[in-house]
Amino acid sequence: MTKKEELYLYTLRLGDNALILSHRLSQLCSKGPILEEDLALTNIALDLLGRAQALLKYAGEIEGKNRSEDDLAYRREEKNYYNLLLTEQPNKDFAHVIARQLFISTFEFFLFQELEKSADTTLSAIAGKTIKEVKYHLQHASDWTIRLGDGTKESHDRMQSAINDLWMYTGELFEMNGIDLDLLTQGIAVDTIPLQKKWRDCINSVLNEATLFVPKDTYMQTGSINGVHSEHLGHILAEMQYLQRAYPDAKW
Amino acid sequence: MHNEHTDSHFQKRIDDGEHIEPKDYMPDGYRKHLIRQMSQHAHSEVIGMQPEGNWITRAPSLRAKQILLAKIQDEGGHGLYLYSAAETLGISRAEMIEQLHTGKAKYSNIFNYPALNWADIGAIGWLVDGAAIVNQVSLQRTSFGPYSRAMVRICKEESFHQRQGYEIMARMMKGTKDQQAMAQDAMNRWWWPALMMFGPHDIDSPHSGDAVKWKIKRESNDTLRQKFIDKTVQQAELIGLVMPDKDIKWNESKGHYDHGKIDWDEFHRVIKGNGPCNKQRLDHHINYFNEGAWVRDAAEAYKIKHLKEELVIA
Ligand SMILES: [Fe+2]
Ligand SMILES: [Fe+2]
Repeated sequence: MTKKEELYLYTLRLGDNALILSHRLSQLCSKGPILEEDLALTNIALDLLGRAQALLKYAGEIEGKNRSEDDLAYRREEKNYYNLLLTEQPNKDFAHVIARQLFISTFEFFLFQELEKSADTTLSAIAGKTIKEVKYHLQHASDWTIRLGDGTKESHDRMQSAINDLWMYTGELFEMNGIDLDLLTQGIAVDTIPLQKKWRDCINSVLNEATLFVPKDTYMQTGSINGVHSEHLGHILAEMQYLQRAYPDAKW
Repeated sequence: MHNEHTDSHFQKRIDDGEHIEPKDYMPDGYRKHLIRQMSQHAHSEVIGMQPEGNWITRAPSLRAKQILLAKIQDEGGHGLYLYSAAETLGISRAEMIEQLHTGKAKYSNIFNYPALNWADIGAIGWLVDGAAIVNQVSLQRTSFGPYSRAMVRICKEESFHQRQGYEIMARMMKGTKDQQAMAQDAMNRWWWPALMMFGPHDIDSPHSGDAVKWKIKRESNDTLRQKFIDKTVQQAELIGLVMPDKDIKWNESKGHYDHGKIDWDEFHRVIKGNGPCNKQRLDHHINYFNEGAWVRDAAEAYKIKHLKEELVIA
């Protein structure tokens, strides 16, 4: 694989995470528990969508085949998507939405601080903008985790279930493959191994304050780094890509 | 203090063009009228999130999705802002939502129509927000201060929505045959309901009564409707849309467009609850409100728990 191909796939992976999580959050529009929260979740969805646009646009430029961010989002099949399994997990209830966000935003909080130091100036610039947004996402998710964990019996139980259910998807956050390792030696990619402990400490302290238990180490699901997904992604794409696929000649 | 004296003083302030503020004296009827109108307006913003929300996950480009999401978020923000303005009159948001759920409070009839193809997103922005603006520009001069200020702020965003909606329609009319057909179909379905947004003809609903005397309502239904028609017909023709009204014709002597007969039977049928989406819209709001109860309870429980802790520490 050439360096260009590696950088393309690395950027695509970052873009896909933002795109698919944004899509999941956008499904909640007009369904929030209170209007303020409806707007807050939409805000996060919009931040992620903006990030996806920037990253996919850049991925298309690196690839050099004249594919736009829309071509990459709407004309790519499931097995060529590289978003984390966690991002595609359904909005089972508000606790699951918050747990998913807590896990991802905590990871991204550390990831983008490192990526800002990347030798790739575009990725570095996108990371710099992203980190400001992620701080807010993390604050929001932590606040709700604590409120729900330390709220009522029902909210505590729901929050604990969500944490337990989604735990098996958190191993993927720190996975790296040959692409990462090659780009790492060039100072472009982030070494996620040292982030794992920081992530654990941060999650532990939030869960602790929320009176929730950290789940026991279990088998960690994997696959997305190779384009192997849960059943959910196919449905997301079927819906998202519907107009582009049904009217291939149309410009929107 | 004589009530009569106070009422006449109130009316004098209205006649002098003053704004009435929440702490000022106001007749009961004025307060009730405003609560009804402002809560209905707030509910409309919030229920209006649903038809457009129907297309978020199918928006055909990242840019289109971003614009749509941001637009719906604006509408939610309008709802919040209007709920707060209505709360200055002594009703809580919880009470207003309960009235919505029991059917005591209404929301705009227009949102009882379905959004069936992507061009509906264009048509809603262009026609529905477009009609709302005409009404809201007029309400910028309404006599109740918080309502008037809310309208000034909201109108800026609404005109943005209207332009974005029109842009979708224009783009589709320049597109493939399929896209043009979608745009025309959306136009055909949304035009008449948009005209009904202004309410019955003046002859059936005279521009008089308390709302006019109190300067809550500043212009008549037909005046506002005519303004909307006049500005919209040319926009439609410019991008090649056919007006779904064969009687639309420029009237030189009046300086306005004439239009065909509005189907008021349909209007009343939808108001009475028999529109295509009345039940769906209300059920949606009630179901998600109920589903969110445990979250609101948790937030409240947490607040109380930690308020006590703070007191103990202090
Ligand atoms: Fe609005
Ligand atoms: Fe609007």
